[in-house]
Amino acid sequence: MDFVTLQETAQLYPLLIFMILAAIVAVETKDLLSSIIAVGAAGLGLSVAFLILKAPDLAITQLVVEILCLILLIRATIKRDIPSLNRGTDYARLISALIFVLVFLYFGYFALKGLPPFGKPYLNVSQTYLNEGLKRTGAANLVAAVILDFRGYDTFGEATVLFTAVIGVIVVLRKIGRIKK
Amino acid sequence: MKEPEQGMTLIVKVITRLTVGFILLFGIYIVLHGHISPGGGFAGGVIVALSFIHLILAYGGKFAFKKLNQTKASFLENIGAIMFFTIALLGIIGGFFFLNFLKKGEPFHLASAGIIPFCNIAICLKVGAGLFLIFVALTLFKMEKK
Repeated sequence: MDFVTLQETAQLYPLLIFMILAAIVAVETKDLLSSIIAVGAAGLGLSVAFLILKAPDLAITQLVVEILCLILLIRATIKRDIPSLNRGTDYARLISALIFVLVFLYFGYFALKGLPPFGKPYLNVSQTYLNEGLKRTGAANLVAAVILDFRGYDTFGEATVLFTAVIGVIVVLRKIGRIKK
Repeated sequence: MKEPEQGMTLIVKVITRLTVGFILLFGIYIVLHGHISPGGGFAGGVIVALSFIHLILAYGGKFAFKKLNQTKASFLENIGAIMFFTIALLGIIGGFFFLNFLKKGEPFHLASAGIIPFCNIAICLKVGAGLFLIFVALTLFKMEKK
């Protein structure tokens, strides 16, 4: 049984190519605003890709976080002067990057051959979640059942990471405590 | 360009006044229905935070801080973290960490799935207040310095 139909594949591949192109534009363009907008285009493409792969939870989260990140990036960076990194083409850097990409592709080819086919994981625990999730947790949205009941401990760790990140940002950027007497 | 503290033009302010309540309401809907429909605490929390960021962008920081200032946001974030941890700890009474100790209820009803809706609310408070604080820290702290 195929988990991704032919029609979905036909929708998915142009989207992936679009995202790759947007990412290249985001890296290569000189204008900061264009770069941020290209990052946003790649993120919105990822959101639609999640929707095609039947993951609406992830699609909603990706869309919302992408909008927040765009606003943050534009507000936080656009008025500041960024030193230009345009130093002309350095051939040694280009060649070393190409060599690294080739080595990565060579080893990645063998690594990817060992992966299970798309949508068919080796672990069988997911089938148990699908069969018994509704009965054991009572949540109709199975994603919520997994992240907050079966895997609640992982979600707790993730929430702790976010909490620590917020505390770090506030501590670094606050004004209180920096005043010299 | 205008001073960022004063907000945007009248058109933006009027439209914001009309829409910001709906954005907040939609975020709360996404959170409360997290166990029935796609969404959940994280996405809903970000939408709630976005509604307040919308206020900051349109009206400027001074007006928005009357609704939700930095102290209140830190308080809400801590409440969310403590609530999530307390729910997890309460499971120990029944057996183990993160036990779903409440009644499961009928599927597809709002009052179902035991502790999952409460976890969603806790995550919403934490994520929403946390991302709001990051936004405030990254944008407004810098402007105050000038």
